[in-house]
Amino acid sequence: MAATHDAAEPTRRDFLYLATGAAAAVGAGFTVWPFVAQMNPDASALALATSEVDISQIAEGQIITVKWRGKPVFVWNRTAKDIEEAKAVKVSQLPDRNARNENLAPDAEATDENRAAKGKENWLIVTGICTHLGCVPTSKSGEFDGWLCPCHGSHYDSAGRIRKGPAPENLHIPPYAFDSDTKITIG
Amino acid sequence: MIGPMTLRFEGKTMSLRSLRAVAAAAVIGLGALAGASGALAAGGEGAQEGGAHHTPQPPMQKWTFWGPFGKFDQAQLQRGFKIYKEVCSSCHSLSLVSFRNLMEPGGLGFNEGQARAIASEYEVQDGPNDEGEMFTRKARLSDAFPKAFPNEQAARAANGGAYPPDFSLLAKARTYERGFPWFLWDIVAQYQEQGPDYIHALLTGYEEPPAGAKPAAANLHYNKYFPNHWIAMAKPIQDGQVEYTDGTPTTVDQYGKDAAAFMMWAAEPHLAVRKQTGFVVMIWLLVFGSLVYLVKKRIWAGAKPKAIA
Amino acid sequence: MQGHSTYQPKSGLAKWFESRLPIVGLVHSSAIAYPVPRNLNYFWTFGGILMFMLVAQILTGVVLAMHYTPEATKAFASVEKIMRDVNYGWLLRYLHANGASMFFIAVYIHMFRGMYYGSYKAPREILWILGVLIFLLMMATAFMGYVLPWGQMSFWGATVITNLFSAIPGVGQAVVTWLWGGFSVDNPTLNRFFALHYLLPFMIAGVVALHIWALHHVGQNNPTGVEVKDFRKDTLPFTPYATIKDGFAMICFIAFFAWFVFYIPNYLGHADNYIEANPLVTPSHIVPEWYFLPFYAILRAIPSKLGGVLMMFGAIAVLFILPWLDTSKVRSAKYRPMFKIFFWIFVADAVILGWLGSKPAEEPYITYARIATAWYFIHFLIVIPVLGRIEKTKPLPASIAESVLGPSGGHGFPGGAAASPETKG
Repeated sequence: MAATHDAAEPTRRDFLYLATGAAAAVGAGFTVWPFVAQMNPDASALALATSEVDISQIAEGQIITVKWRGKPVFVWNRTAKDIEEAKAVKVSQLPDRNARNENLAPDAEATDENRAAKGKENWLIVTGICTHLGCVPTSKSGEFDGWLCPCHGSHYDSAGRIRKGPAPENLHIPPYAFDSDTKITIG
Repeated sequence: MIGPMTLRFEGKTMSLRSLRAVAAAAVIGLGALAGASGALAAGGEGAQEGGAHHTPQPPMQKWTFWGPFGKFDQAQLQRGFKIYKEVCSSCHSLSLVSFRNLMEPGGLGFNEGQARAIASEYEVQDGPNDEGEMFTRKARLSDAFPKAFPNEQAARAANGGAYPPDFSLLAKARTYERGFPWFLWDIVAQYQEQGPDYIHALLTGYEEPPAGAKPAAANLHYNKYFPNHWIAMAKPIQDGQVEYTDGTPTTVDQYGKDAAAFMMWAAEPHLAVRKQTGFVVMIWLLVFGSLVYLVKKRIWAGAKPKAIA
Repeated sequence: MQGHSTYQPKSGLAKWFESRLPIVGLVHSSAIAYPVPRNLNYFWTFGGILMFMLVAQILTGVVLAMHYTPEATKAFASVEKIMRDVNYGWLLRYLHANGASMFFIAVYIHMFRGMYYGSYKAPREILWILGVLIFLLMMATAFMGYVLPWGQMSFWGATVITNLFSAIPGVGQAVVTWLWGGFSVDNPTLNRFFALHYLLPFMIAGVVALHIWALHHVGQNNPTGVEVKDFRKDTLPFTPYATIKDGFAMICFIAFFAWFVFYIPNYLGHADNYIEANPLVTPSHIVPEWYFLPFYAILRAIPSKLGGVLMMFGAIAVLFILPWLDTSKVRSAKYRPMFKIFFWIFVADAVILGWLGSKPAEEPYITYARIATAWYFIHFLIVIPVLGRIEKTKPLPASIAESVLGPSGGHGFPGGAAASPETKG
């Protein structure tokens, strides 16, 4: 027994140790996952992922703020002047040329058409979170008649595009749909 | 596989046999103690409730969600939900369950459209709106089932002082005493369905009170399985009251099973995934444990004395 | 204590580090080279299992605290949110709730093992006392943890147990009011219990460190109770021998644990705790968790309020002085035929007390509880001291090695260090 032991053992032993180690690794991996996954949004948070907004009461020129997933969303009924200003800017002059519109293709250009609601160009719906470090910009202020972020001075125009300051991207546009002429669902 | 059906416990005369065996080894006093407790257990525990009428144990039912591979029967849950909606919900809330839960896997199996349609049958309070007023609107998937009464006081006022309990957890909040040695056997047999068994028994347990039995207060109803027998809820459901479209018999017995199954789902919506996860974990433990045992044997072989050299 | 090898840092960086913080050497000496009696049986694996349970409880507990709300009107609902909505919340909560019971199963086996083999006797008195201290802290932690779901049993358990302190003469009621932060168990009580439930496990971890330090200083007892004489013949290095054996035992224990978590997660709990706390209605039959039942039976056995509380705490206090109550020269029950019988009677007594604790406080259970309580104290205060003097013990083996191999023992042993090529690499 003792003699064959040493001769035959190494490979069998290696295999046994390897298999045991592999089983331990698999077990550890699956054990860790619930501890990680529990930090993700829970089922009730995911269910709250849509907000319905009645826009019938928003006057021309008025911006309202609604809450979606705990964040502010600006809904702006733009005037003809606001739209005019936004359209006058060439895409090539913009710091961020991407539309940042979740309702369009990811490479859509940041034209006013691609920023405003489709077919309803007076409606601009953007997430009210500055793309610099997450503050809420102040409406209808700044050098471009859009938003000014009070934290670090980022200026957005009347299409919510970054024009000046440290923010790298245009204000994001959340997924939304018009349920009717007076009601939109965000998310 | 041993089902709970085989474990029906009829009497207690045989209890404490093994405990007595342990105690027999005790030279001092304790043998007599255990013997006496055996005799007491044989006497039953009707005295515990102080009533002359013994509360029988609920009969065990066959549940699809029992055991290591147990899962809910989708059709049964839908029937149970129908009973809840048409009969129970006028008094009993389901406040921890949301409409979105109706479309969760392992449960009732409604699709999103069906769940939305069910939600839209309910009105929930929301607000305040821009004028500062609360308002009601149709329920959405993210809403919980609205309460049957705005608060406990209102519920009691409407029900002659009794409070119809919320259904969300009731299947786990009701039980009955199993007694020795059955409570030990339950570990092996995985018997966790005391709640549904009790609920089914309660729904089928309405009968004429025995001669001479008198309720402690007016408007109480006699039920064989209710502790102390006198329950405020009148017999809630009759044969044929809820229509089934799948040919299932419309008897109180069947209603009881379906309602209890639905309540078990409401109390433990992740039951099926829990048991499935458990199976995988057990298999892994078996494989990993065997491997570690072999490694252990191999290592300890080195510690054994070698043949005398 | 002498070890089977010493850590020799090889690389320059390892040498540099070790000369500044010798932590690798510490781990090496306490978890690799530490000599373990070669005759330990599987009852000695429960120390490792308890270590695992402590870590498991802390990990699941920290994660649950991320979702739990310690506020009286929201606590119950937040636990249900964990059970229903949080990803794997049901798993984490069932692990934590059943983990408490598993922790106590393991600690009771660990304690009874210590009693059977006389592990509390000199020079291991401090080791034992630290263990009893851990047990006390565990009881406090478990009690406060059980209050957190804010169900009916949580609430009324908290009320009854905190009211124990009202038995203190003179200041009792003031102490209870202080514990509650009000005039009944309410939101302030829940808040402080949550804070303490989070704190105490780390105190347990601290005492566990001392417990292990003391253990490694005096060395482990073993089934013969004979001290290690020649560590090369009598012991084996901790790694790989004890490591792999502890590991295997741990997997078996986890399988037992998993059976409860996945198949009967509410078996060890109370149905009433799925009803939200109601300060106006007491459940008809309130009982503590199973691991407190023997002590609860002792409490109820005594007809006086103060007396019951004193006896209950006395039942734990007596464990602290056990090392000095035992007069026997021989440690292990293996060589003490009479003690062995009385040990099992004591185990039966503890089980009977547990059963009585779950019964309503009425006759004949009260009388039984009085007999069993009396026996509990007789065992420690009379049987153990007297037995040590009158008992005729069996002859002890000359050494651990001899007990394994028989009187010719010692020759065939390859010697601990030489026997462990697996330690390298």
